[in-house]
Amino acid sequence: MAVAEENTSPEASEKSWHGVVLQTLKRNDIRLVPYVPDRVLTTLIRNLHADPFFTTFPTAREEEAVGIVSGAWMGGMRGAVLMQTSGFATLANILASLAVPYQIPLIMFVSERGTLGEFNYGQSLVCRTMRPVLDSLAMEHHTATRLDEFEFIVDRSIKQAITTQAPVALILSPLLTGGKVFDK
Amino acid sequence: MNIAANNPARNTKVMNRFDLTSRLVAKLNDEEAVIGGIGNTNFDLWAAGHRPQNFYMLGSMGLAFPIALGVALAQPNRRVFALEGDGSLLMQLGSLTTIATLAPDNLTMVVMDNGVYQITGAQPTPAAAVADIVAIAVASGLSNSTWAADEEDFERLIDQSMSASGPTLIGVRIDDKPGTGTTRRDPVQIRERFMHGMGVRELL
Repeated sequence: MAVAEENTSPEASEKSWHGVVLQTLKRNDIRLVPYVPDRVLTTLIRNLHADPFFTTFPTAREEEAVGIVSGAWMGGMRGAVLMQTSGFATLANILASLAVPYQIPLIMFVSERGTLGEFNYGQSLVCRTMRPVLDSLAMEHHTATRLDEFEFIVDRSIKQAITTQAPVALILSPLLTGGKVFDK
Repeated sequence: MNIAANNPARNTKVMNRFDLTSRLVAKLNDEEAVIGGIGNTNFDLWAAGHRPQNFYMLGSMGLAFPIALGVALAQPNRRVFALEGDGSLLMQLGSLTTIATLAPDNLTMVVMDNGVYQITGAQPTPAAAVADIVAIAVASGLSNSTWAADEEDFERLIDQSMSASGPTLIGVRIDDKPGTGTTRRDPVQIRERFMHGMGVRELL
């Protein structure tokens, strides 16, 4: 899986999870992609930077990225935010006071740490807070584990977020991405 | 505000949030966007006269500048103003570096600095006695950051920002008066009207 992740040729990226994310964002005219980086997201972030279609940049905090894409949405530009599990854990206040009540189709990709081979106890604990927070706000979320379903999940979730004006979290399981392992 | 009196910007006049907000709104004639931060900042924006291009925050302390950055990126031909309190900005100082990096020339930020969390009982902020918010902004890469000396200077700096070649940040020292009005707390309507004001949506 690590081999697939490192392969960045356009042809191969069509078949990789990060290639699916990039192409599906593009197909849905999602141009603005602020992020707080994660090891698992490295190739995706690099490829987004390399593609002039996207305006992509790091932010200091995940909250800030959510504010930026919310403002952009209201100005007519679509966006999505990339983060890891611990970053999601910083968002409860603004999901509850901005994205959900203002009905903003916030699209989040969360690289999942804390499970399936986690080596840092704190990460595994913070991971357990993620789905309860999403459920407590009745937010749509999916955990992507398989490449053959992934494009369907991403494409349909983006379209549903926009048409229903509701946020969505797409959780990228280590089963999909390979995750982060101890020796990295 | 006395607490702020010892910090390096002490030569600036202590002004009033509602008065300054009204002065800003009176200048707007080209459907400029205005993002009002949480609490008194958006209450005074509301009280200065509602307009469809105003966005009022009902939570998410500290996100006025990031939201304004998003609007500015989406609509580079529209001037975007963001009004934020000093306490709110302290929550997201990192956002100043993001804005400095992206450097949109259509963004004007105003920091209403009274050195206190007025709305929760006027407790001093941790920055009040020691930090200079404009100096923080400059050090974050926003070289076009200035304290307004008085109301006239504030108006001049606002005018200047309209043709600036990068983002502008204006610090204003304000008193500890509460907000003048109270924003109607209807988030969906606020968002929908704002999108209409931005030319993105037709109202139902």
